[in-house]
Amino acid sequence: MPDLGLDVLFKGKNMIRLLGGLWVAVKISLISVAISIPLGILLGIIMTSKNPIIKAVTRVYLEFIRIMPQLVLLFIVFFGTTSALGVNISGELASVIVFTAWGTAEMGDLVRGALISIPKHQYESAAALTLTPSQTYLYVIIPQTVRRLIPLSINLITRMIKTTSLILMIGVVEVLKVAQQIIEANRMSSPNAAFGVYLTVLLMYFIICWPISMLAKRLEKKWG
Amino acid sequence: MNWDFIWEYLPLYKDAALLTVKIGWLGIAIAIVIGFLCAIALYFKVPVLRRIVSVYIEISRNTPLLIQLFFIYYALPKIGIPTNPEACGVAGLAFLGGSYMAEAFRSGLEAIEPIQMESALSLGLEKSQALRHVIMPQAVSISVPAFVANVIFLLKETSVFSAVSLMDLMFTAKDLIGLYYKTTESLLMLVVFYLIILLPVSILGSVLERRLRHAGFGS
Repeated sequence: MPDLGLDVLFKGKNMIRLLGGLWVAVKISLISVAISIPLGILLGIIMTSKNPIIKAVTRVYLEFIRIMPQLVLLFIVFFGTTSALGVNISGELASVIVFTAWGTAEMGDLVRGALISIPKHQYESAAALTLTPSQTYLYVIIPQTVRRLIPLSINLITRMIKTTSLILMIGVVEVLKVAQQIIEANRMSSPNAAFGVYLTVLLMYFIICWPISMLAKRLEKKWG
Repeated sequence: MNWDFIWEYLPLYKDAALLTVKIGWLGIAIAIVIGFLCAIALYFKVPVLRRIVSVYIEISRNTPLLIQLFFIYYALPKIGIPTNPEACGVAGLAFLGGSYMAEAFRSGLEAIEPIQMESALSLGLEKSQALRHVIMPQAVSISVPAFVANVIFLLKETSVFSAVSLMDLMFTAKDLIGLYYKTTESLLMLVVFYLIILLPVSILGSVLERRLRHAGFGS
């Protein structure tokens, strides 16, 4: 049995430190999701507007955010704000800004898709049954939209958690950075620590994301 | 804006973009093959293989590429599997992309009603003929939107390659910012080069999607 460097994890506070690092990433994703869901719903509703200017502006925003790799957006906000505005923002703040902007775009697109996927006859039938517009929304449209949206929004959470691993690249101390520090500190005593530690980090992400994706899949099947 | 600076370092970005494209397309090509084989294994419910494929898909889809790359690049050599940055980039992208492609193909295959297969068989077609002439053409055209979305997603994911010391666009931009403090110029070139790589795929994708929509039966 070769040395897989798993012993390092049980030395001192290493496991606690790794979990602390993971929490930094998860915290940033949860904050971003919490802000992007309401903003995304708002954006989605705005995007169904018929005004050409509003349509064009929201479309450009959406397309730019979605076509650029999230890491490029992080670089723009993290390095760009310093040089353009002269303010120095922390890596954490830059991450929250970028992931909120990204999450809002993704959520906005989901909401827009769900809203326009409701067939026109739903509105017409509701009107034929003498429901007022507010009643139509409350009892007919919103329940159907929400059912389509909930699994997709849950999926957005796992995507957000996976994407926040990128904050390492703008110098935020999160789980991968802690992992590097642990491996570096134990280089002499356990040269194979990289295997055990990175395997643990991989499993940590899996343990967080897998149940959430399963839940989304189940809800999708139930309400699909 | 210092245009001389941009002009001087343009070749650097060009090389980096070529590297991104090279590794990106190689990884995606392998991912398509993996995804196709996995989707077939799931569709025909091949006994043991089916379980292995499901486990692979769940692991690959529920972990970030950055961590997968770190694992391949720094952890695998410890158990005697050597890597180099380029092989690691291709392997990481193929590992991540395989599961996304598998899901795209599988949903295409599952969207075809069983009656299509039954009708084909009752017309005297062999199972392989039915698959090739009846099921596949429909399944492929249904999976095109998901397939294009995956290609764009995977090309975007290549931006993390600099973490395993590949000299890609991110690496070049960060290097230039660090060396010369020409932040605006470096970031502008970064954005422009990513647009050059990604926009054509995105546009081609929407054209393809529109044309293939007519191929689906009854729609």
